[in-house]
Amino acid sequence: MSRPLNVAFLGATKGMGRALARRMAERGDVLFLLGRDADDLAASARDLEARAGLDHGAIGTARCDLSEPATFATALDAVEEAFGGAGGRLDCVVVTAADFALQDDLETDRERTGRLLDVDFTGTVLFSEEARSRLVDQVAAGGRGILCVFSSVAGERGRKPVVLYGAAKAGLSYYLEALDHRYWGRGLRVVAVKPGFVRTSMTEGLDAPPFAGEPDGVARDVLSAIDRADRGRAGVVYTPWPWRWVMLVIRHLPRFVMRRVGF
Amino acid sequence: MGRLAFVTKKHSPPTISGWGRLPVPGREILSEDLRSATEGAVLTRGLGRSYGDSALPPPGVAEIPASPLADRILAFEPEPGGSRSDTARLRAEAGLSLDQIVRTFLPRGWFVPVTPGTRFVTLGGMVAADVHGKNHHVDGTIGRHVTELVMRLASGEIVTCSRQREPDLFRATLGGMGLTGHILEVELRLVRVPTPWIWAESYPVPDVVAYVEALKESGEEWPFTVGWIDCLTPGRRGRPPGRGILTRGRWAEPAEAPAEPPRSKPTVSVPFVTPGWLLNPLSMRVFNALYYHRTKLWGRDRMKRGIVHPESFFYPLDAIGHWNRLYGPRGFTQYQCVLPDDAPGGPAAAAARFLELLTGRGGASFLCVIKDCGAEGEGVLSFPRPGISIAVDLPVRDSTPELVAALDDRVLAEGGRIYLAKDAFTTPERFRGMEGERLDALRALRRRYDPDGILKSAQSVRVLEDRS
Repeated sequence: MSRPLNVAFLGATKGMGRALARRMAERGDVLFLLGRDADDLAASARDLEARAGLDHGAIGTARCDLSEPATFATALDAVEEAFGGAGGRLDCVVVTAADFALQDDLETDRERTGRLLDVDFTGTVLFSEEARSRLVDQVAAGGRGILCVFSSVAGERGRKPVVLYGAAKAGLSYYLEALDHRYWGRGLRVVAVKPGFVRTSMTEGLDAPPFAGEPDGVARDVLSAIDRADRGRAGVVYTPWPWRWVMLVIRHLPRFVMRRVGF
Repeated sequence: MGRLAFVTKKHSPPTISGWGRLPVPGREILSEDLRSATEGAVLTRGLGRSYGDSALPPPGVAEIPASPLADRILAFEPEPGGSRSDTARLRAEAGLSLDQIVRTFLPRGWFVPVTPGTRFVTLGGMVAADVHGKNHHVDGTIGRHVTELVMRLASGEIVTCSRQREPDLFRATLGGMGLTGHILEVELRLVRVPTPWIWAESYPVPDVVAYVEALKESGEEWPFTVGWIDCLTPGRRGRPPGRGILTRGRWAEPAEAPAEPPRSKPTVSVPFVTPGWLLNPLSMRVFNALYYHRTKLWGRDRMKRGIVHPESFFYPLDAIGHWNRLYGPRGFTQYQCVLPDDAPGGPAAAAARFLELLTGRGGASFLCVIKDCGAEGEGVLSFPRPGISIAVDLPVRDSTPELVAALDDRVLAEGGRIYLAKDAFTTPERFRGMEGERLDALRALRRRYDPDGILKSAQSVRVLEDRS
């Protein structure tokens, strides 16, 4: 790591986001937490402060809900104000928040499906757009600009158990890829994270396949990808790493196979 | 991610087990939100490091919540006394692991006042078992250093308890095996250590009687004492059995310790369940003999002394992940009891009788650990009392229930007691024989806080006479 990063973090209260935020705080990055629930955000901020040895109140929070695009600009305004007030600027935006439901539950509930698509695609893309424009401005003013968004290997191939979730994540992955192509020349570094199966409360109750990961292992991989992005290289992170090769195979399976298998 | 199964297989019903790998039907549900997860639940599980059935669902209950994802630190502040104050207050959600506490706070000069022999336990589990460590003779159990708990009672109500508020609930919960309510938050004291390193000395002792004397003597000057006993080699020429190695330690002073903080040690893992014959009486005898005779390499006075990594000192077995798999597909149990100072002839004589019984019954044990116990804690059913504690690992065989019964009868005759966090085989009659009065006291308090008898575990149904 070079200089500590000033990070706006959407999704640090749970799962892989919690693990990544802890690693960032412990090594000295300066965090500002965004999320839906004020009490939950405050509890996570206190946790990160204690782990990083910071004073009470050192980590700011603001409300931001992926299903309410109206909250995006105000939340990121609060972030820029906090970092700017401390004489710094926004360097990095991380999005780990998402919605998840099983295909069987979604197929019988249109309203639930609508919410999932809204959060995982429309909301995440609109939030990333808001972050993108600010990060590009920061780079133009001589700063750094890293946008790290969690997509999923579920968006790599149309598969039976994740038709709707996978479709939203596929759209998100396309967006992140194109964003990288369009803004690379202007200094924006996009890190698209594609976790395989990771044991978190989101996947609780599902049977873990081979190569299932732990949140802290994902956090370690993503942090080194963010550091690579900071040195000018960016791209796609599969984590745990075997999923890159697992998905390579699955992407190339013929349709008549995909129609028959359970995954 | 969805159901990403790579082979379509028939799913057998899920099972869950303690560290001894003796499974029962059921599963745990991990959640960051312990408050919601514990609603209507009969028991909360931590990291599942109790050996027997303490953290397993009772018969007929399919799911219990598990706390390890509820691991946020809620507050940490040094207590008044200036920048070099000696204690700090740590408040956290009950799923926070000791591993995280050590990794976060030891490099800054803080440590838990009491630690068990593994750091892969949760705060809630430590309180529920009222764990003790190598310094029990000085600092008691963890309960002494706990200042406040937030709990969900069986009624669903969330209450705060301490020595001032709801003191009965507080005392019943220390060592109450999670049966008085779901522990949601724990507040305890951490202590300042001079350096994060340990100064330790180890030396061989010829038999268990000499060993217990050396343990009591060392305990007068050393905060940490522990030792390993070879319980497979019978005593020579009329001497008692149990040659061993005594280890004593203290926190190192800045002048003698390395300047840099200790780095986390790499771990290896047992990748699969080994065949049951691997740990047989012969292989265990060979291991024990080699372990003892290596003291001959320690120079003329056969004493090894120096600076030791805190993880090697407190958590030697944590260096081997899944070491419980070494005991084969049938699993193992740990038998831990305290033999009291007022046992006939004193604790050393009681220990010799215990080991003679164990070796006589072929109770081969890979590991036998003897510790010193000080004053009894506040917990209504807390395990330690003045005397010595003996812990032996026993691979499960057809004869294990009878062996445990025989050991229980021995402990009963000595006026001792067993540790529920390790137990998987003790019968309710024998447990009542050891704990009659304290068991009734806990039952009365449980009836007060859980009149409908909602909270229970596989263990409480098996040994504490709860109805399933």
